[in-house]
Amino acid sequence: MTEKILMKGNEAVAEAAIRAGCRHYFAYPITPQSELIEYMAKKMPKVGGTFLQAESEVAAINMVLGAAACGVRTMTSSSSPGISLKQEGISYIAASRLPAVIVNVQRGGPGLGNIAPMQCDYFQATRGGGHGDYYTPVLSPSTVQEFADMAPLAFEIAERYRTPVLILADGMLGQMMEPVVFPESYPPQRDPSDWALGCHKDRKENHIINTLFIDPNLLDSKTRILFEVYEEIKKNEVRFETYNLESRPKILVASTGTAARVVKSAIDALKEQGVEMGLFRPITLWPFPYDALHQAAAGVDKVITVELNMGQMEQDVRLALNGLCPTEFVGKAGGLVFTPEELADILRKKAS
Amino acid sequence: MTTRILCAGFGGQGALLIGKLMVNAGMLEGKHVTWLPSYGPEMRGGTANVMCVISDKPVGSPIFDRMDVLVALNQPSLDKFALQTKENGLILSNASLCGDPARVDGSVKVVAVPLTEIAEEVGNVKAANMVALGALIELTGCVNRQTVEEDLRKMLEKKNPALLEQNLTAMERGAKFARQA
Repeated sequence: MTEKILMKGNEAVAEAAIRAGCRHYFAYPITPQSELIEYMAKKMPKVGGTFLQAESEVAAINMVLGAAACGVRTMTSSSSPGISLKQEGISYIAASRLPAVIVNVQRGGPGLGNIAPMQCDYFQATRGGGHGDYYTPVLSPSTVQEFADMAPLAFEIAERYRTPVLILADGMLGQMMEPVVFPESYPPQRDPSDWALGCHKDRKENHIINTLFIDPNLLDSKTRILFEVYEEIKKNEVRFETYNLESRPKILVASTGTAARVVKSAIDALKEQGVEMGLFRPITLWPFPYDALHQAAAGVDKVITVELNMGQMEQDVRLALNGLCPTEFVGKAGGLVFTPEELADILRKKAS
Repeated sequence: MTTRILCAGFGGQGALLIGKLMVNAGMLEGKHVTWLPSYGPEMRGGTANVMCVISDKPVGSPIFDRMDVLVALNQPSLDKFALQTKENGLILSNASLCGDPARVDGSVKVVAVPLTEIAEEVGNVKAANMVALGALIELTGCVNRQTVEEDLRKMLEKKNPALLEQNLTAMERGAKFARQA
């Protein structure tokens, strides 16, 4: 085993991306994500990579599109308002069927909001985000280790299905330090000859990367191909974690990312008071673990969704349950984060 | 066992570094740790604090309402956080810059260490945080001083051996004061 290093989430995901072979990173600074771009600025030149601080988020995401088209592992990162600016480019990358990784270290919104951690970009992240009929796989880390591990995973998923992949973290995970272990080796990049410009296996052929299809029939067939890929992703890439289900709790809490960490602590505290609750934590937010949540909720009295927003994932929870049992929602806006004591109190009241 | 520590002070006093050295030592000793700084549009001279958790079990929430230990390097930090210290908890304050904490639970142990004065005696006023670190380790025992010293050695031995010696002396002096307190 390699040694444990104490790192901020922002730094850990950057280091993991570099170790996973990312050599082209383009971004524009924004709090609470800036340590990521800072780390890349420091490290990329040392590994012979390209670090470029673009003139804007829009420029950065289009540089990612260009680099992806050339068949290299490429990434960008930002925080909520900056991710909004990137949406046009993400839509183009999805339509172009190119692999790329985008990290969103979410902050308070809407508008300029604030720099505190929030989970308010759930809808944007899980419903495509930009214009057009598309989705992007979304990974939701809840520890610094998981945040780091998601960098290579995101590249693998991106290349396997030729799609942009989003890692949806938040300001708390970006800023906090926790021990991280980096594996000895990372899976290599997939042969880009299937998509990259100038890399076609048949020397007489060329890949053409284009998202303009004037003929509606052609755009229809292109979109259908996208959705066939999405079906494959739904079959293969759903990820989730459960906690304390072995106690056969009557109440199941659904929560992800930073909020799920606080829920775990609250569940531990409630256990000591003789109240059992379980946690269902989606790790992929798209594809959402609908079937797994439905099964986990079998036999419970209700499902309580806990989020750091006014209720977004809650809608996916209700889609998953499809009327199986009642649901409730507990949330906070403004970048406020529950403390475990506070959340345990709220959950205990809802249990009685 | 889980120890929750909040370190707070003026920006530049090194409250965050106290926390970082504590949790790094905890990690090196095989414990589960988290370090969560307050971050925001602060300037030098503004306030800074960090929430640290050192535990035998995986750490759920890095955020907490109430802590076992408060390290207050200045008066505003003491005023702001003293009441959040748990029953039978500990407040380590900077006697050079703080008065007594108001209205704390009688069960809370308050140790006022003249951090700034001791640091001046050591020859580096900026080492006040290291004095606090020495006292903190002595009083809580949640990590070994040796682990922190080795960590500091790795960090500074080549870069600045004189500073390393000052820091080690500052920690030793903090520990000594705490033993006698």
